[in-house]
Amino acid sequence: MEGDEIMSAIPLKKADIEAKQYLVRFNADTKSHLTVLDHDVCLTQCPDKLCTLFCPGEVYKWEGTRMAVGFEGCHECGSCRIGCPHENIKWEYPKGGKGIVFRLA
Amino acid sequence: MAEKFDVIVVGAGPAGTSCAYTLAKAGVNVLLIERGEYPGAKNVMGGVLYRKQMEELIPGFYKEAPVERPVVEQRFWMLGEKSAVTMGYKGLEWGEEPYNNFTVLRAKFDQWFASKAVEAGALLINETVVKECIVEDGRVVGVRTDRPDGDVYADVVVLADGVNSLLAKSLGFHKEFKPSQVALAVMEVLNLPASKIEDRFNLEPNQGCTIELFGDATKGMVGTAFIYTNKESINIGVGATLSSLIKSKLRPYDLLDYVKNHPVIRPLVNGGEPQEYAAHLIPEGGYHAMPKLVGHGVVVVGDAGQMVNSIHREGSNMAMTSGRLAAETILLAREANDFSENMLDSYRVRLMDSFVGKDLKKYKDATHTFEENPQYFKEYIPMLNKAASEMFTVDGTPKRDKQKKILQMVSQRRGTFKALSDIYRAWKVMK
Repeated sequence: MEGDEIMSAIPLKKADIEAKQYLVRFNADTKSHLTVLDHDVCLTQCPDKLCTLFCPGEVYKWEGTRMAVGFEGCHECGSCRIGCPHENIKWEYPKGGKGIVFRLA
Repeated sequence: MAEKFDVIVVGAGPAGTSCAYTLAKAGVNVLLIERGEYPGAKNVMGGVLYRKQMEELIPGFYKEAPVERPVVEQRFWMLGEKSAVTMGYKGLEWGEEPYNNFTVLRAKFDQWFASKAVEAGALLINETVVKECIVEDGRVVGVRTDRPDGDVYADVVVLADGVNSLLAKSLGFHKEFKPSQVALAVMEVLNLPASKIEDRFNLEPNQGCTIELFGDATKGMVGTAFIYTNKESINIGVGATLSSLIKSKLRPYDLLDYVKNHPVIRPLVNGGEPQEYAAHLIPEGGYHAMPKLVGHGVVVVGDAGQMVNSIHREGSNMAMTSGRLAAETILLAREANDFSENMLDSYRVRLMDSFVGKDLKKYKDATHTFEENPQYFKEYIPMLNKAASEMFTVDGTPKRDKQKKILQMVSQRRGTFKALSDIYRAWKVMK
């Protein structure tokens, strides 16, 4: 496996993504703008749970039988919509003014 | 009765604001719709803004705009695990008018730029999402927003809604982008005192520096990392095609921390206090991935049209030019009172005839080729570092033997014929 090869070959310290997310201002809506369409697809057809790896906000967490979606920390980058190999994520913009608020970037 | 404008621009990034600014200045009644709390709230870029295309809109903008530092030095580092082969250009002429480019922080700059469009007469509405285009008889005649009674009408709708252009997609202008057509970049803004920045990067006050990092910075994936100096902070980020991130199963923020802690990079960023963490997609599909840009009553500008030159890290300048050209075409269409696809198509023609279309065409196969041939990032950059180390380590071996050893390494690890064909292939897509 190519990824494992890279991971084992280098001393990649796991980043503290929670600390990074604390730097960002989120004006979260009460309703999610991200929807996993079918949790069974994640369970049976996606052994690597890829969205839990590439999502830059660690929005997706696999909870054994279903995919938990922490939409409150979403950067609205669109990676999950494009990167989900099963097109299993419905992706919308959060309501106007809601969601991530960059102050610098 | 729903309100009608001459033109509606969706998205107040560089493309949309350029378009709205140009139209408003010409006296057109234009509505600029932004989904963020303010323009720039949803936008991220590495942080380099080119002067020329901005100045075509607002001459002398840098005297007033919130720019950080004019860039006088651009460095390119081919990183090994504990080494770097470096190259670059320092030009003090870039430190004087007319500057070449500036580092900027987008949230600050975009707000200022949009305020210029408002001054020129555009109506800016923040915190509003456009849910869909209103289409009647095959023509786009307005937009449906997420506000109550939120339908608004116009002669032309300009889609400047960025890399996630749900609107262009819903009009059938393009299919969903593939993971190989977008790069996922993550970035941190680190506070560092100006004096420290100037010492570490060898700069005078009000001089800036950029470093593009290849090779080990992305662990051989197709992509780059970067460090840009602001007034009292630095942007450090890393991006790779989404497809290669998926393949390698690396978490983007782990990679960012790897870059920050790389022994060659750490001395530059050490002690920098993290201020903000940001992620964004960059449309890097290039020429072949460009969607349909024009329809009846509608045009597509900027990232929504995949206008990024990933080889030269240009994008916001292309966005600005496309926005301006769209506006100029709309002005002609207004004179003729004809907003048909046929009329508006002159925007596409002018765009493809400008540096935007020409550069996208020049590098049309570049990203794809590097994606298909990861050896450039994965094998040659480490080889280059080993070769440099071999050549510069004085250990009593005659240089001729060292040269022989280097060539042997290349032919062993890659094969002489393969290496030659790699060189030819790279030359072909970059020429």
